[in-house]
Amino acid sequence: MRPNLWRSISLLSGRDGARAPLGRRSFLGLGAAFTGSFALGSTPANAEPASPPADAPWSQSIGAGVVDRPYGRPADTEAGVIRRNVPWLTAGTESSVSFSPLQDLHGIITPNGLFFERHHAGRPDIDPDQHRLMIHGLVERPLVLTMKDIVRFPSTSRIHFIECPANGGMEWRAAQINSLQFNHGMVSCAEWTGVRLSTLLEEVGIRKEAKWVMVEGADGAHMNRSLPLDKCLDDCLVVYAQNGEALRPEQGYPLRLVVPGWEGNVNIKWLRRIKLGDKPWFSREETSKYTDLMPDGTSRGFTWLIDAKSVITFPCPEKPLHGPGLYEIRGLAWTGNGKIKRVDVSTDGGVNWQTARLHEPVLSKALTKFTLPWRWDGQPALLESRVIDETGYVQPTIAELRKQRGTNSVYHNNSIQTWQVKPDGSVFDVQLT
Amino acid sequence: MSSSRELSAVVGLAMILAAGTGARGAEPGYFGYGTKATPEQIAGWDIDARGGDGAGLPAGNGTVHRGADVYAEQCAACHGTFGEGEGRFPKLVGGAGTLRHDRPELTVGSYWPFAPTLWDYINRAMPMPAPHTLSADDVYALTAYILNLNDIVPGEFVADRESLPKVKMPNRDNFLWTDPRPDTMAKPCMNACVDPAGIKIVSTAEGKNLTPRTTGPLDTMQAK
Repeated sequence: MRPNLWRSISLLSGRDGARAPLGRRSFLGLGAAFTGSFALGSTPANAEPASPPADAPWSQSIGAGVVDRPYGRPADTEAGVIRRNVPWLTAGTESSVSFSPLQDLHGIITPNGLFFERHHAGRPDIDPDQHRLMIHGLVERPLVLTMKDIVRFPSTSRIHFIECPANGGMEWRAAQINSLQFNHGMVSCAEWTGVRLSTLLEEVGIRKEAKWVMVEGADGAHMNRSLPLDKCLDDCLVVYAQNGEALRPEQGYPLRLVVPGWEGNVNIKWLRRIKLGDKPWFSREETSKYTDLMPDGTSRGFTWLIDAKSVITFPCPEKPLHGPGLYEIRGLAWTGNGKIKRVDVSTDGGVNWQTARLHEPVLSKALTKFTLPWRWDGQPALLESRVIDETGYVQPTIAELRKQRGTNSVYHNNSIQTWQVKPDGSVFDVQLT
Repeated sequence: MSSSRELSAVVGLAMILAAGTGARGAEPGYFGYGTKATPEQIAGWDIDARGGDGAGLPAGNGTVHRGADVYAEQCAACHGTFGEGEGRFPKLVGGAGTLRHDRPELTVGSYWPFAPTLWDYINRAMPMPAPHTLSADDVYALTAYILNLNDIVPGEFVADRESLPKVKMPNRDNFLWTDPRPDTMAKPCMNACVDPAGIKIVSTAEGKNLTPRTTGPLDTMQAK
């Protein structure tokens, strides 16, 4: 059967056999209702054709066969669950960013097609057979490796988040963007598979003068950053796989660097060159960008670490409440400093807090899920989450961050998000005193 | 592969696995994969010039005058005739003295700490539709021109591997290259942490009309 045939089937409206044709338009409306209510468990308004006692048309027909979609894809009704951009933010889409739809994600792993994107010269489409990784500089034996060579090295898989340090950067001055996706969607998390960077560096032999490592991409930006050698030897990975399959082109296919817990920009995609040196390179991406301007006119550079951050993903502006009753507040927490120790949730703007439940697995430098049951009485509420990481660091408020950094530092806004819940259940991005 | 090599490979792999993270197991060349990078291969890809000391800057040079011509042809469409920027493409000029202002302007002149970084970035990433296609001389000329537009070098300045590292950028000494975080010391108070009467919403995204839609097709909204 053709997969779209069922769309045109007239749906039985009830036992009496009266047929209510449900065309594409109304079907999509039904789909939107499903999507919108998925987390809430309420009943779509026009669901009768598929609700008991009726037997749904998809229960009275044969479905599409195997390999109908040889590479699977989400249900058609999930078509709105996509990465999205802010068109007015950048000059074009080639040097720009897209945001992951956190409001529709339910776990700690970001599906590969929904992992946020940040490109500086667009997405190159690279032939892996032609791709090379060169390692040179202060090394004993400079090497050129093919993808086949790289895959042959001992492999490691680890789950890590990657966050652009500009995530939340539009909110330094004030609440501006009424959206979970656009305020927090520059974080994603995947299982990465590849070879330890330390293995590659030991294979080429590190000369004792080497202190810094420059990593560079094969994209048009030839994106490059400097990293301290110690971090490279500690936990960095040169990866070719993401959630069990080859990297997506948007994520650096065929090869990228993963620098666990450090700002997304250093996780060089389309990795083609690693050079060891005795000093940092002070590239454009670590001087004119990815530096944090302070109120006194000085700037902080090499601020690689992603500090602990958390956000409530339900409810949120995209997923409002539908009437008083029992809900599960859900959210994500992460820190570049290791594991999440605790997440507290407030429903009154930070006056009182309750400790949320952390869901396993709680992994180092990975997204961690938390939940807290909440009986909403229909009154106005101010929802916040606050993470404490294993170093004891406590996520600050935006007011505390501003006191230290002013409003022009663009990057590393890891402040507590406040969601205002109105009596009608709608949710808004706000900032408090 | 000889049997002794096989054996040592197994032992070596076991050592690496046993040692865990940060293992310093193997000697250089232990795996023996890949090919030695030749001087020709390295020369082709070794494009970086370091910002701080200019290490890696190639031979060649360029004048401000020549830079004006290259700029008009290669850069002005996006960055404006005098570096003022077109649309949302970056300004290259101006903003001197604004870094403490409410709306600072971060440009090559007002913000960039190192002149060689400008050569390196133009060389590796510009012009945007055809990156890394300009000659070293043209990149030197553009660097000279943009520095001159910012009143950092005189009109007779010639950019080369000797002169660029000596250019003192106005914002050179205003960067802290060690991370001072954590710079907040919040305490995890649990009850009656703030006076409820003192809690006010000071800003809201409601009604600001800056948020693209998050359902249906991609939004194409532009700034108000």
